[in-house]
Amino acid sequence: MLLLPGILYLLLFFITPLISLVFTSFQQPVINGDIGQYSAGFQWQNYTDSVMQYLPLILRAFGYALLATVLALVVSYPLAYFIGVKVRGYPLVQSLLLTLVIAPFFISFLLRTLAWKQIMSDEGPLVVGLKALSLFPNDGHITGTPFAVIFGLTYNFIPFMTLPLYAVLERMDVRYIEAGNDLYASPFTTFRTITVPLSMPGIVSGTLLTFIPAAGDYINASGDFLGSAQTSMVGNAIESNFLVTQNYPVAAALSIVLMAVILIIVGFYVRRAGTEDLV
Amino acid sequence: MAAGTFAEKGADLELVGITKTFPGFTAIRSLDLFIPAGSFFALLGPSGCGKTTTLRLVAGLEEPTAGRIVIGGRDVTSTKSFQRPVNTVFQSYALFPHMSVLENVAFGLRRRGIAAPLDKAHEALRLVELDHLAARRPGQLSGGQQQRVALARAVVNRPALLLLDEPLGALDLKLRRQMQLELKDIQTEVGLTFLHVTHDQEEAMTMADTIAVMNKGEIEQMGAPEELYELPRTAFVANFLGQSNLFTGEVVGSTPDALTVAVGGQRLVIPSQRAPRRTGTVTVGVRPEKLLLLTSEPDAGSVTASGTNTLGPGRVIDVSFSGVSTQYTISVPGVGDVIVFAQNMVFGPVVHVGAEVWVSWNVEHGFGLEDSPEEAAAGAAEAAAAAGADGDVATSALTTVRG
Repeated sequence: MLLLPGILYLLLFFITPLISLVFTSFQQPVINGDIGQYSAGFQWQNYTDSVMQYLPLILRAFGYALLATVLALVVSYPLAYFIGVKVRGYPLVQSLLLTLVIAPFFISFLLRTLAWKQIMSDEGPLVVGLKALSLFPNDGHITGTPFAVIFGLTYNFIPFMTLPLYAVLERMDVRYIEAGNDLYASPFTTFRTITVPLSMPGIVSGTLLTFIPAAGDYINASGDFLGSAQTSMVGNAIESNFLVTQNYPVAAALSIVLMAVILIIVGFYVRRAGTEDLV
Repeated sequence: MAAGTFAEKGADLELVGITKTFPGFTAIRSLDLFIPAGSFFALLGPSGCGKTTTLRLVAGLEEPTAGRIVIGGRDVTSTKSFQRPVNTVFQSYALFPHMSVLENVAFGLRRRGIAAPLDKAHEALRLVELDHLAARRPGQLSGGQQQRVALARAVVNRPALLLLDEPLGALDLKLRRQMQLELKDIQTEVGLTFLHVTHDQEEAMTMADTIAVMNKGEIEQMGAPEELYELPRTAFVANFLGQSNLFTGEVVGSTPDALTVAVGGQRLVIPSQRAPRRTGTVTVGVRPEKLLLLTSEPDAGSVTASGTNTLGPGRVIDVSFSGVSTQYTISVPGVGDVIVFAQNMVFGPVVHVGAEVWVSWNVEHGFGLEDSPEEAAAGAAEAAAAAGADGDVATSALTTVRG
């Protein structure tokens, strides 16, 4: 009985739009109708057509998301370890650093990404500076390149990686590390065999919280922000089909494909990581 | 240490002028200590006395502010924890929760590249009678079982020096006794050097060859358990290791054999060789179980002749029955409270609260302290604070010193 409100909430706000999305993905155009006019149908081709058409974007989305996740992990782990373990005795420093990690959230995601666009634009300080030092070709750009998009994704999702890692590392008993050292494990071996396995729940949630939204992101890769036509991800295709060309069935089909692929990847990943073994 | 081989035997440990300061306080003050190879050495003291810090320094988990640590003739002061031929049984066990019991035990062997680590791990688990649980996770074991796994995980490495940090603290009395015996067996069998840190004086006395009593970052007294118990040098030792009746008074007579001290108008005699301070105001003591409770005044003349001390008359102010023995607290005017442990030879207490009694003891059983009267009062107070649960008794000992 107590679960009833939760179940109703899920039915209303999750299942209903999902069903609607599935119906849309099978719709067919109304013959002689307006642009964006569709009727109920069972058009399988929506899936095959959209996947065929947008396969490079789908692959690029997962490639970029994977790279951004790995980079975010590489940046966040030492950061979370420092905040959660190294400065454990100084609660003030700890809170300050955590606030700094969360601080970007006080400014809109869009504005921050635009700010990066400014910094990395052809007239921006970075490109000008690099060119002045002859470290960069004169006709080179940063915005619009895969580098800028992956950088943007990494930057935007770092807090989502850092916070779960911090939550786990902060609670980790340093006596396990001492025990490892006492049992002849060098600092690196201790890290590999003790610290990493013990922080696995944080690694798994952090990577999921980064990978899933990054794979569907359409802001960073958009030409209006850090990307260009060459860096379009599947999210950009969904966005333009829904909002620009009003090709709702294709957009819906792409959304469902994206969701299904993410579910499969996450399912395998969580099984492999074996977090249920951790106490 | 060469990879892939076990230590041949235990190594000796030498601490030279070890000092450890933390921001705001000094945990250890210029500590010198030598522990011979193959011995079972206990560091005994109340919490905060620096014993665990000493252990962590030896393990390499802390760095000394000054001084040297020498294990088996090799200066290891500047080496890291994982490079030292030392293993620790942690107070919290610190078993790796993500590994099976077997992998926990094999961990150190694998790191050192010892052949057949799993076989040796099984062997060590058999030693602590837990081989049947080898596949479990530590979280699935009881506290006592985890304790034994922690022990196996350390012992399996055959370290030249095994450090035990209050390893039996979490066990119930019966299991603790059993583990004490097992530990002692392992130590003799394997011939390792054990450094055992504990606040449990009974545990230290049962297991160790040598005990060092620590207080406020310094060693108060060191010696064999019997020696420490029968001839404590300071009020702290006298009251931390068991209990003592302490009396402070002026020396009024001294011969090569005996020292006479006036305490509250009564005279007590102690053997001179058991008294380091022989002039001025001294503190002397006697253990409560050495006292004899008398219900009638002994003949004064015969008492001195037969080599006994007598105090009294006093009133019994408390009687507490504890099975094997009964503890009587007797208030002697001008002297203070005196505690007597009497074996229950008959059913129940022999006297009741309010009874007039005398106490006597053999002169041979008395001891004198090195402490000045001020030091003795402070030491007794520290021991009283440390004793905690035995607060009542220790406080009465303190009153005795002041009286």
